[in-house]
Amino acid sequence: MGMTLTEKILAKHSGKDRVSPGDNVWVDVDVLMTHDVCGPPAIGIFHKQFGEDAKVWDKNKLVIIPDHYIFTADKYANRNVDVLRAFAAEQDLPYFYDVGTDSYKGVCHVALPEEGFTRPGEVLFGTDSHTCTAGAFGQFATGIGNTDAAFIMGTGKLWVKVPETMRFVFEGTSLPPYLMAKDIILQIIGDIGVDGATYRTMEFTGPGIKALTMEDRMTLTNMAIEAGGKNGVVEPDEITEAYVKSRTDKPFEKVYSDPDAKYHSEHFYNFEDMVPMVAKPHSPDNKATAEELEGEYLDRAYIGSCTGGKLSDFRAAAEIIRGNKVKLDTYIVPATTEIARALETETMFGIPLIEIFREAGCKIGNASCAACLGGPSDTFGRLNNEEVCISSTNRNYPGRMGSKQSQVYLASPYTVAASAVTGVITDPRVFIQQTVI
Amino acid sequence: MSKNSEPIKGKAFVLGKNIDTDQIIPAAHLVYSLEDPEERKLYGKYALSGVPASESGLPQGNTRLTKDGETQSEFSIIVASDNFGCGSSREHAPACLEIAGIKAIISPSYARIFYRNSVDGGFLIPFESLEDLSKDIHTGDELEIDQVHHTLKNHTQNKEYKIKPLGSVADIVHAGGIFEYARQNGMVPAR
Repeated sequence: MGMTLTEKILAKHSGKDRVSPGDNVWVDVDVLMTHDVCGPPAIGIFHKQFGEDAKVWDKNKLVIIPDHYIFTADKYANRNVDVLRAFAAEQDLPYFYDVGTDSYKGVCHVALPEEGFTRPGEVLFGTDSHTCTAGAFGQFATGIGNTDAAFIMGTGKLWVKVPETMRFVFEGTSLPPYLMAKDIILQIIGDIGVDGATYRTMEFTGPGIKALTMEDRMTLTNMAIEAGGKNGVVEPDEITEAYVKSRTDKPFEKVYSDPDAKYHSEHFYNFEDMVPMVAKPHSPDNKATAEELEGEYLDRAYIGSCTGGKLSDFRAAAEIIRGNKVKLDTYIVPATTEIARALETETMFGIPLIEIFREAGCKIGNASCAACLGGPSDTFGRLNNEEVCISSTNRNYPGRMGSKQSQVYLASPYTVAASAVTGVITDPRVFIQQTVI
Repeated sequence: MSKNSEPIKGKAFVLGKNIDTDQIIPAAHLVYSLEDPEERKLYGKYALSGVPASESGLPQGNTRLTKDGETQSEFSIIVASDNFGCGSSREHAPACLEIAGIKAIISPSYARIFYRNSVDGGFLIPFESLEDLSKDIHTGDELEIDQVHHTLKNHTQNKEYKIKPLGSVADIVHAGGIFEYARQNGMVPAR
């Protein structure tokens, strides 16, 4: 019997010919990523366990990307970035993207591919649940805690239970003009629930995958964790290869699922049958169509984060916002500095995207995680009271974006932008059809 | 954490389903040091502070895990419904519960990163129940977990339930975490 892509990567990295779901194996780690929230405690554990003078197992495989609490006056948060800075100097780390320098990047899950760390066939761990984003590149990537990260820093290894794989098959040759990858993953999470993929791999496949850009695929794999998944993965193809080769010279080996691989289950979706989706407060699986929620009250719109703050997300939002004034407080937060620069240079009908947002009355923030996870009270866009927000981010449990009295609707950048323009929840098809005419 | 097989006794604190890591420890509090002996106590103070008041300490609700101004809880065992610990990978979640004085959790299911962090970090023991006990057990009930016979006794209600054996993570739990386990197995040099 064959193996899935995930099983093959784990077998190869544990020195075995084959592995099966349920096996516990120790794998060799290709990349470990950490950031300002979980890096400092991981570093503390590393020194406690391996000694004050200990060196990391391979300084070329440790990537430190501060991104969570960057533009804040919080003294503890700023102290934590200092801890990273001191560790990077002590360990002579080549891949530390320091705050306040030209190398500062912003959101780690978007920065990793930009900097060439998401290579097919490799194993990547990160101290953040959305590390699963990197599975879009045919990599095994998952989130871990501080202790596990410290263990990798000292040994280069970690134990993994081999997950079963759920297969999500997409039919269709192109995305309908109103549909975004965010709608697809919100539909799937709504169907299987926030624990519908717990301990499992979500493999996204089928002819429809060819219609999805790398950024679309990242939106899918990013939210595998929102269904409880261990990792999300897409088989690499020429789109993957073109992206990765444009970002790194390092060689990589593409891995594919065998035709006779065994799956936990198979789930079929046709793009043509799908519509703009929303996750209502307070759970990512609390699904409704945007049409069903048409007219619901909102105070705020937010476009940003690892899942909804990529360049294609802002292009989509700009298509709808262009020429309008927003009726909600609308926050625009590019995931990375590269995307922030692109907002200045990318144009739509001759106007830079950033100008489209400014002219519409949007508030523009600096590249970082910002209000996606609330953060310190002075965080840009944070919900500090009873605000009702529609957001292109990925999680909406109570208090996720700040106050536990606030409410968050999750939706695609199209739906968020359409709602920002009208002031209430709005199905973006209204605007998309106008654009076509 | 109880690293041996002795019974774990204490008062229950009961929660509903999908208690995510932002409810366990809101993101604004993730900035404190886990090493500094005084600063780390703040995690005990804010543990479970993101749970909506009506859902905190069921069935009545409106009960905080740690009382105002305190960092240690009177409760020792959390009883929760499905998917406990979903959301982020923050290890501060099991850590804050341990700092507050929680020794074990009883839930029918866990989000995998929270479960893994609890075990690998040696913070507390995540036991799996055969069924959802969050409706049966009340906050404040006196509980006892028998790790040898895999049972949970509710002394207040005079009831007993089966719980699942720890399975493949038992060795790491009983070693006290991944580092202790790896030292016992020669993967990490002894100190």
